Amino acid sequence: MTSNRAKVTLPTDEQILIEREFDAPRELVYQAYTTPELVSRWWHAKRGEVTLVEIDLRVGGRWRYAMVTPDGTEVAFHGEYQEIVPNERLVSTEAFEGVPEGVSEDDASTLNTAVFAEANGRTKLTILIEAKSKLSRDAIIASGMEDGLQDALELLEQVALASAESTTSEAKHGIGD
Amino acid sequence: MARAATTADAFNAVAEPRRREILDALGAGELPVNDLVHALGVTQPQVSKHLRVLRDVGLVDVRDQGRQRLYRLNGPALKPIHDWVSNYERLWSDRFEALDAVLEDLKRKEQGAGGDE
Repeated sequence: MTSNRAKVTLPTDEQILIEREFDAPRELVYQAYTTPELVSRWWHAKRGEVTLVEIDLRVGGRWRYAMVTPDGTEVAFHGEYQEIVPNERLVSTEAFEGVPEGVSEDDASTLNTAVFAEANGRTKLTILIEAKSKLSRDAIIASGMEDGLQDALELLEQVALASAESTTSEAKHGIGD
Repeated sequence: MARAATTADAFNAVAEPRRREILDALGAGELPVNDLVHALGVTQPQVSKHLRVLRDVGLVDVRDQGRQRLYRLNGPALKPIHDWVSNYERLWSDRFEALDAVLEDLKRKEQGAGGDE
């Protein structure tokens, strides 16, 4: 189960590339990716509950997803479809609703290209996220929803405390000897 | 200690709760000192002191914009102590695991419609 992780790479300073294979034909992956009641069943990423999925699947049509985490934090994203090739390719903009004051939503928005490629009944989904700047790209990775940076920092704290403790006990030991 | 000196410095920098709060606030985007003062509810000299430590270990970058100094997280600097991309990767892994379950459902329904079993 753990072997089928999403693969995340950073091709350029402004890009994020996400790759993952699914054991299903691409028509089904595309269907799950573009049907509101199906999106609401997976987009939460096990971090809360999807509260809204609106999809107007046509070029120039808009989409909006929202979810709430167990601690009550609400996050929402929206965008516009730029290019649609059913079962093959979906290009849309994406903007996070809640960028810090002073940051324009446009500067923080990304262009996302999802490609669905089928081989032997399996589908490889590739999502290329193109940000407008390295800063914006880094902020997306660092936020990683509610447990992104927070998680990393908590982990760091644990390691730092453990390391501080071992240093202290070593020092005490030294004095006692 | 086998750890490199710079890594140990970064560990020390994030071991301070206020500095973690600053990094957390900057995780959402670039901010001037005044916004950090507001967000943390401490004095500007205190915030400035913490920012200096974070800059010294490379966790935070600064640039001037007009009369303002804007601070931002230097995400990749977290890399020596934690692969910062892995959290984002975990988000998508969890998301796609949930998608797997939806796809299993869809496959089952298709088979059902085909009259099998």
